[in-house]
Amino acid sequence: MIDDTQRAAPIAQAPVKKKRGVAIQREVAVLLAMIVFNLIFTQHFLSLQTFNVNLTQVVTIVIVGIGMTLVVATGGIDLSVGASMAIAGALAPMLFMNIDGPPGVLLAFTLPVIAAAACGVFNGFLVTRLNVQPIVATLVLFIAGRGIAQVVTDGSLQAFNNPAFQWIALGKVAGVPFQILLMLALVASFTWIVRKTLFGKYLLVTGGNEDAAYLSGIPTARVKMIAYTACAALAGLAGLISISVNSSSDANVVGLGVELDAIAAVAVGGTALTGGKAYITGTLIGALIIQLLRYTLLAHGIPDAAALVLKAAIIIAAVYVQRKRG
Amino acid sequence: MKKNLPILIALVALLVLGVMRYEHFLSAYNVTSFWRYNSMFLLISIGMAFVIITGGIDLSVGAVAALASVVSALASPHGAWAGVIAGSLAGLAVGVLNGLVITHMRILPFIVTLATSLGAHGLALLLGHNDAVAISSDMNFAAFGQGDFLGLPIPGIVCAAAAVIGWIALRSSRFGRHALAIGGSEEASRLMGLNVDRTLVLVYAVSGLLAGIAGAILAAQFGAGQPNEGVGWELFAISAVVLGGTRLTGGEGSIAMTIAGVALLGLVFNLLNFENGLGYISLSAYWQSVIRGLFLLLVIVLQARVLGGKKAVKVAH
Repeated sequence: MIDDTQRAAPIAQAPVKKKRGVAIQREVAVLLAMIVFNLIFTQHFLSLQTFNVNLTQVVTIVIVGIGMTLVVATGGIDLSVGASMAIAGALAPMLFMNIDGPPGVLLAFTLPVIAAAACGVFNGFLVTRLNVQPIVATLVLFIAGRGIAQVVTDGSLQAFNNPAFQWIALGKVAGVPFQILLMLALVASFTWIVRKTLFGKYLLVTGGNEDAAYLSGIPTARVKMIAYTACAALAGLAGLISISVNSSSDANVVGLGVELDAIAAVAVGGTALTGGKAYITGTLIGALIIQLLRYTLLAHGIPDAAALVLKAAIIIAAVYVQRKRG
Repeated sequence: MKKNLPILIALVALLVLGVMRYEHFLSAYNVTSFWRYNSMFLLISIGMAFVIITGGIDLSVGAVAALASVVSALASPHGAWAGVIAGSLAGLAVGVLNGLVITHMRILPFIVTLATSLGAHGLALLLGHNDAVAISSDMNFAAFGQGDFLGLPIPGIVCAAAAVIGWIALRSSRFGRHALAIGGSEEASRLMGLNVDRTLVLVYAVSGLLAGIAGAILAAQFGAGQPNEGVGWELFAISAVVLGGTRLTGGEGSIAMTIAGVALLGLVFNLLNFENGLGYISLSAYWQSVIRGLFLLLVIVLQARVLGGKKAVKVAH
């Protein structure tokens, strides 16, 4: 189903409609195999704590990954998500530390996400109006965005303790951290959006063949604009969760390298980087596969650095397997 | 040529500003240290230019440079040349791997080099035991980064040689012409009977080799192999190539303009240092990335405007 060769001519592309249930079967099988392996060979694997630890590790990657999936579905890429996270993460403490009470917390949840969304609008503008290639367009904010966050905070670490704000990351509902529920809710709603709404159809068609979509009357520019804006807004939300977990915001660190993790999750999750496909649940599974691999290696005493090398191999293998299938 | 004007104007403007405003801007010390420091970036940018000309991208150069710096530092007790050669070979090996995976497994260069950048970083951390590796002090290895030859900085000579070879190779060698043809249309090149796969492997090998040499310079210049350096270098190189007027779709590109791109990005940093030295304003180092981003934006917008008129062929918007 996926044609990853560089010479992929438009003629050779498969029709957009595919049975979705079948597409990410292999990814699910890999995940299940890893879980079974851990159940047998890793001590104390079957516990609520392990479950929570592994899931909380992937929450920010998955939330960013959802947005990345949308952008990748249009045939684009967003390198600036880490910068959007840093900007949102830098703004939020300034709001709730200076404005007391519920209004401050409310503002701290809304304004940073809006600021991040503005970054997405900027990316979308460059891509749709000026026809800049997505890698180059988002490179601008990748370079400048973190700098903006650093300038705003003067590069200093903002430590805080605000239970109301941090509930987004530290709160628990029936023993399960709220951030995990939030992540699952976002995965579910975006899966629905991609599969059932008109926007979802437009998104896939735009990525499949943009010129054909444009000629058949689909507002491709608006679709892409929405994808980039949603991606950046989700990254902003992930930034808020990230600083809440750490009880501090450091513009130098928040979201550093998350673009690579998110792209890896999208690729391992079965969404082709050539566009025209969007598997939101696949991205969740992709992120879980990468995290579980890391956890398994750590639990068996293999250093984090070796896990990086294996992660490289698994990304290549996953994409290669998908390509073979097509 | 028209599209190169914005960057050349920006470059000249920055140079004039520097000469008029700062007394020591043209001093021998500033010029040589500027050259010495930016030689690493020039090397990886030349490799990146070749890769982008074929329509690909190499996101692994930063991590490869880090890996090569660790390998160089580990090999430096066996002699200065051993250090340089070991680092270069490490880079070459990753580059060849990139090329082989891209051509034989038919996976997008973007993904392959993203993965090898993770792998190279991991390998660098493993070899360095998660820490910087000091270079051997009794061997002459440090000279490769810090020394002078005939009054010129050695890394500067190395990168100038690479630039001249790259310039000639792109203009007049079979390899360069093949690379341009593949970027123009890989399918057509294949049908014409060019050995596309061999050229592509060679292109990624060159990019890896240059990143390896940059890594050896890094280790020699700072006295240690640094597994965590090199983060974001690939994006520096991509920006330099883009600033030089090369579009990421491939099929065109110029080594001379890539040098101009590197010089522009480097000058922003250099001028900022001078401005802070004057003491009127105090811009933190964080402004550096904001200003670099703004320059990139400016050039992109200007290029889009200049090129916009000609591109009526495309259907959409």
